[in-house]
Amino acid sequence: MKKLRFHPCGNFRERYEQELTVFETDFGRLWTTLGIVALFALVPFVASPYTLYVINTIGIVAIAAVGLNILIGYTGQISLGHGAFFGVGAYGAAVLATRWDWPLAAAVPAAGLITALVGMVFGLPSSRLKGLYLTIATLAGQFIIEYVLVHWDTVTMGTMGITLPPPSLWGWEIRGDVGFFYLIFPVFILMLWMAVNLMRTKYGRAFVAIRDNDRAAEGMGIAIFPYKLLSFAISSFYAGVAGALFAYYTVSITTEPFNLALSVEYIAMVIIGGMGNMAGAVFGAVFITVLNEILRWGTDMMMNMGIFGSMGLNMAPLREFVFGLAIVIFIIFEPRGLAEVWRIWRSSFRLWPFSY
Amino acid sequence: MKSFRGEPSIFRDRDHRERQAELTVTDVSLSFGGVKALQDVSLQVNTGEILAVIGPNGAGKTSLMNCITGFYRPQRGSIVFNGRDITRLKPHELVKVGIGRTFQNIELFPGMTVLSNMLLARHVHCRYPFLGAVLFLPRVRREEVRHRRVLEEIIDFLELQAIRKKTVASLPYGLMKRVELGRAMALEPRLLVLDEPFAGMTLEEKEDMVRFIRELNEAWGQTMILVEHDMSIVMSISTRVVVLNFGQKLAEGVPEDIINDPEVIRAYLG
Repeated sequence: MKKLRFHPCGNFRERYEQELTVFETDFGRLWTTLGIVALFALVPFVASPYTLYVINTIGIVAIAAVGLNILIGYTGQISLGHGAFFGVGAYGAAVLATRWDWPLAAAVPAAGLITALVGMVFGLPSSRLKGLYLTIATLAGQFIIEYVLVHWDTVTMGTMGITLPPPSLWGWEIRGDVGFFYLIFPVFILMLWMAVNLMRTKYGRAFVAIRDNDRAAEGMGIAIFPYKLLSFAISSFYAGVAGALFAYYTVSITTEPFNLALSVEYIAMVIIGGMGNMAGAVFGAVFITVLNEILRWGTDMMMNMGIFGSMGLNMAPLREFVFGLAIVIFIIFEPRGLAEVWRIWRSSFRLWPFSY
Repeated sequence: MKSFRGEPSIFRDRDHRERQAELTVTDVSLSFGGVKALQDVSLQVNTGEILAVIGPNGAGKTSLMNCITGFYRPQRGSIVFNGRDITRLKPHELVKVGIGRTFQNIELFPGMTVLSNMLLARHVHCRYPFLGAVLFLPRVRREEVRHRRVLEEIIDFLELQAIRKKTVASLPYGLMKRVELGRAMALEPRLLVLDEPFAGMTLEEKEDMVRFIRELNEAWGQTMILVEHDMSIVMSISTRVVVLNFGQKLAEGVPEDIINDPEVIRAYLG
């Protein structure tokens, strides 16, 4: 029988395969399995519709954040255009579903591929530009895409927006928050697993090499520019799939949500969650989405309370302020993000209760 | 020197022709603005030998290595490797052709462990396709394990066992140089270009390094070019020596001739 590993106090690995596993310990694997089972068997039936809506939003946003983490955290290329890429995915799926009556199973991956192509186009400047300059170039991408989405009204219906048909998957009519929960989370888990796989093979290693030392990476036989483009493509694919799911979920889409603020929000997720850490992107997505909801709830409540009414109006921009503050606090106190906080917290249990 | 450890069996199934490393540099000239770094330099490396390139500071040794490994592009002249013109190839293409290198100022990935640094060098030997990697198919797993075996042989060879899980930034300088040699070996190059592999080392570290390089050359049959300043090392390990001075080739020959060459003594040995 296979020996189970819970919390070994040393390295007792005997085979090289053991270093290629996703989970370090069987304990982690057990908890993750339990977590997934609980997620699918319990959450949709226990959660209120509003909570379920928040959870679904987290699922969608986390897909995009995992993708952006591949680009920012692993490859070291900062993109300020991910809000727009998310929009390209949403519009891609919407146009395919309304014009050509593509089913969901085809429209979502196709939207991802379209976004991957668009992302590669806006990744082209990375052949010459590095760091801040590349960030500004992707910022241009954000505005170009927004402009195109608004003004190419023969396809995108401009400011009118597009209403999507109710989705169905091989005869299964996806209805309501519970239905979408069972669509979004399997996709999210699948895409997270694929990202983890990618990062433990030569592609992930090449990305990290480019981030850390591109001169040495080239000396190791890694073609820098094609891999940067690949990273842009993968990351945009994730954004596109997330956008497509978002389009189906919100039913009717307009160009408004896909603005620069959304791009910044995604970057905030990656930074707060922990750059170059898969779990970090998910933590970041949870944190930012929940923070968003709390702030919305807070400002709403203030506006409804007589004396604070006018103050509530003034407080609305406070959301951005709190956002910025959260990023700054994390950069100063925990630059490795929530993932590191989680790791420290977890490892404090390792020797519990006899820690020194 | 006797009783070298032989080449590990994991490499031994390689075709004998894969050892072939014939480099011909013909009239290579390189200038940066008005500075002529290299002027009509020609040299030849034959399979199985260690060619040492020596010369005073600013003689163009590193520039020549950068031309051979594709980091600089010479304005004139040609570089031919195993019958293929490689003058215009990029560094990452040269790795596929079979030229691996180390850098004068260590260019490792400081935040990564020794093992992951070396694993990066297996990049060109990873054969699995993109979709296989995404799904982590069994063949990807098998291949990754095989790469790991190769690395373990190199780790054994360079005696890096104790530090394989340490981050490179935490290592002393001499060990970093050794790790960089290991990473270059993991590329399985036909021609290994070592830019000052002994720089900044203590005597013991130099002796270890000499042992590794000689063993690599004699037991594994590795062809090498190396840049070096220490004449006693050059004398003890190189098959032939090329002397550069102000971007021009001053002399070429076996170490015994070079050390008695009046031109070389005047320009370099003093």
